[in-house]
Amino acid sequence: MSEKILIFGEVAEGKVATVTKEILTAGRELANQMGEPLSVLLIGENIEGAAKDAVSLGGDNVYVVNGPPIAKAHPDLYLAIVAEACKQLTPSIILFSHTDMGREIAPRLAARLKASVTMDCIKLSIEPNSGALLLSKPVYGGNAIAVWTSKPGTAQIATVRPRSAAPAESDPSRQGKIAPLTVSVDPSCVKGEVLETVVEEVQGIRLEDAKVVVAGGGGIGGVEGFTLLEGLAALLGGTVGVTRVPCDEGWKPLSMEIGQTGRIVSPNLYIAVGVSGAPQHMTGCSSSKLLVAINRDPDANIFREADLGVVGDYKKVLPSLIERCKSLKM
Amino acid sequence: MNMIVCVKQVPDPEVPPAKFRIDAKTKQVMPPEGIPPVINPFDERALELALRLKDAYGGKITVLTMGSAKSESVVKRGISMGADDGFVLSDPSFQDSDSFGTAHILAAAIQKIGNYDLILCGRQASDWDEGVVGSIIAENLSLPFIALALAIEAADKALKVKRVTTDGYQVFSVPVPAMVTVCWDVGRPRLPSGSGVIMAARKKIPVWSAADIGVDAGQVGKGAARKEAAELSRREWARKCEIIQAETPDEAGTKLAEKLREVGAF
Ligand SMILES: Cc1cc2nc3c(=O)[nH]c(=O)nc-3n(C[C@H](O)[C@H](O)[C@H](O)COP(=O)(O)OP(=O)(O)OC[C@H]3O[C@@H](n4cnc5c(N)ncnc54)[C@H](O)[C@@H]3O)c2cc1C
Ligand SMILES: Nc1ncnc2c1ncn2[C@@H]1O[C@H](COP(=O)(O)O)[C@@H](O)[C@H]1O
Repeated sequence: MSEKILIFGEVAEGKVATVTKEILTAGRELANQMGEPLSVLLIGENIEGAAKDAVSLGGDNVYVVNGPPIAKAHPDLYLAIVAEACKQLTPSIILFSHTDMGREIAPRLAARLKASVTMDCIKLSIEPNSGALLLSKPVYGGNAIAVWTSKPGTAQIATVRPRSAAPAESDPSRQGKIAPLTVSVDPSCVKGEVLETVVEEVQGIRLEDAKVVVAGGGGIGGVEGFTLLEGLAALLGGTVGVTRVPCDEGWKPLSMEIGQTGRIVSPNLYIAVGVSGAPQHMTGCSSSKLLVAINRDPDANIFREADLGVVGDYKKVLPSLIERCKSLKM
Repeated sequence: MNMIVCVKQVPDPEVPPAKFRIDAKTKQVMPPEGIPPVINPFDERALELALRLKDAYGGKITVLTMGSAKSESVVKRGISMGADDGFVLSDPSFQDSDSFGTAHILAAAIQKIGNYDLILCGRQASDWDEGVVGSIIAENLSLPFIALALAIEAADKALKVKRVTTDGYQVFSVPVPAMVTVCWDVGRPRLPSGSGVIMAARKKIPVWSAADIGVDAGQVGKGAARKEAAELSRREWARKCEIIQAETPDEAGTKLAEKLREVGAF
């Protein structure tokens, strides 16, 4: 068996995860350009349904490995399974989502397979003349974009940033091959054990899922100021996020931080209030559809990043904004 | 607990966007004028976690950097914060190493230092933002690996490592010696102490060459790199900002609401 492009698929509650649907879109495009089949590796228990979905979503060859579900697995075990599967399938391009599991095992797999690795890619393309795979990713905290290419003959591994491609749409009439794959891994590959896995409940809308995000920065000046932002977010059916400053100051928890070290969001509407527009923050929100900035400094960098801007003190701008939104909604 | 912390010297990531310059031809970032390079902020957090472990259990912290002779300053930064020792790895053959070359060099030095329980790396280097060198070192040295640690406790020949995940956290038990990368959420690193600064100033930091650590030039540098930059460009400011014109902030708020309604934002 020799596969050209292999996707590491993630299964959540028996279904193909959204992040995997996204790399199915990106992978399908590559496969079409290269005239090669697209293969998908799925690991889990009772995942025949997900395997069928993977075909409807664009996979040509879907390989199913019986193993523990991703949420319960030790990364060492998943790494060993994927490495063993790659030895059998010999893919030359391997795509992961930039998730907890993807970012953990992609570089280790690259070390084992002597492949190249590029993390957190936002675009994959084929150089028309050479046919080389080009991987674009933000670097220098979002100040720049680098496009990487690998030495000919090197297998290439990439992780793809969530929400950088639209999820693949299901086409139930698509045909593909589903095959079980038997991999034997030595259980001693797992060094240590998982003692505890805790998923923290999110109150309200998850930032990543929100259609509207109202983000507050250092300019909010304290916890109290956020009441206005919360009012606006509630009115627009969205939620509140923050820059690093409110986390550092202890006004808001790190789980609300947006940016390079926080969450990556891509809502329809992003309203940045008292946010300077540092690249490390913007890299987490710059793909928002409509970006609005409210800042009292006309020279703030955020105005280079926004579609719509108001220069002024948010304490004076937000009340009338909220009032008018209310009346227009009625 | 004996620890080795890998730290990288990087251009100051908080340089104002207007001062960030690229040479598109050489695909290099130009050092911003008048702004000195700094210790990778992510590695400062790795150091902070190491220092907390030293505070709790005692032991020794060795700081390791691969770079130029000038990278000594980041080792001294570590010592001024409370680390004990440090080395600079520098050799013409190391230049333009990719992540695998860098990991190869660091792993060779780690083996030379020896006698460690824990190696710590930052979550990623703030220049190329890859976040892979730590895990490659772990593979090269066949060490257990845990990513994105928030807290570590020692527990009888093993470590209990709490690490952050996208939606919560996990706790691992891991045998020592181990390689662990450290997450941002560790919080603000401590500032150098007065006595630390004096210690660091007095300390002679050895520079190890390829020969000193037994690194073969064929395995490192540009020649061994598995990938190269085909392009490097500023992130574009694709949007054009329309500033809402108004007499008062009050009026601006009202107009913004109307504009948002007009474009169907709500
Ligand atoms: C390695 C690294 C990673 C980082 N990761 C992240 C990250 O993930 N997310 C992140 O956000 N940051 C991150 N940062 C920090 C980032 O570089 C900036 O320092 C940070 O985003 C600044 O936050 P801010 O714009 O809210 O605050 P400030 O820089 O304090 O800006 C406040 C803004 O509010 C305006 N303002 C003040 N008062 C008012 C008022 N009354 N009304 C209206 N406007 C007002 C000011 O004009 C100013 O523009 C990172 C930094 C580093 C080095
Ligand atoms: N040149 C270097 N010298 C010392 N440590 C490094 C170097 N490059 C990378 N590292 C370590 O590896 C981590 C991840 O780097 P990277 O994979 O380049 O993002 C950094 O946070 C450092 O701890």
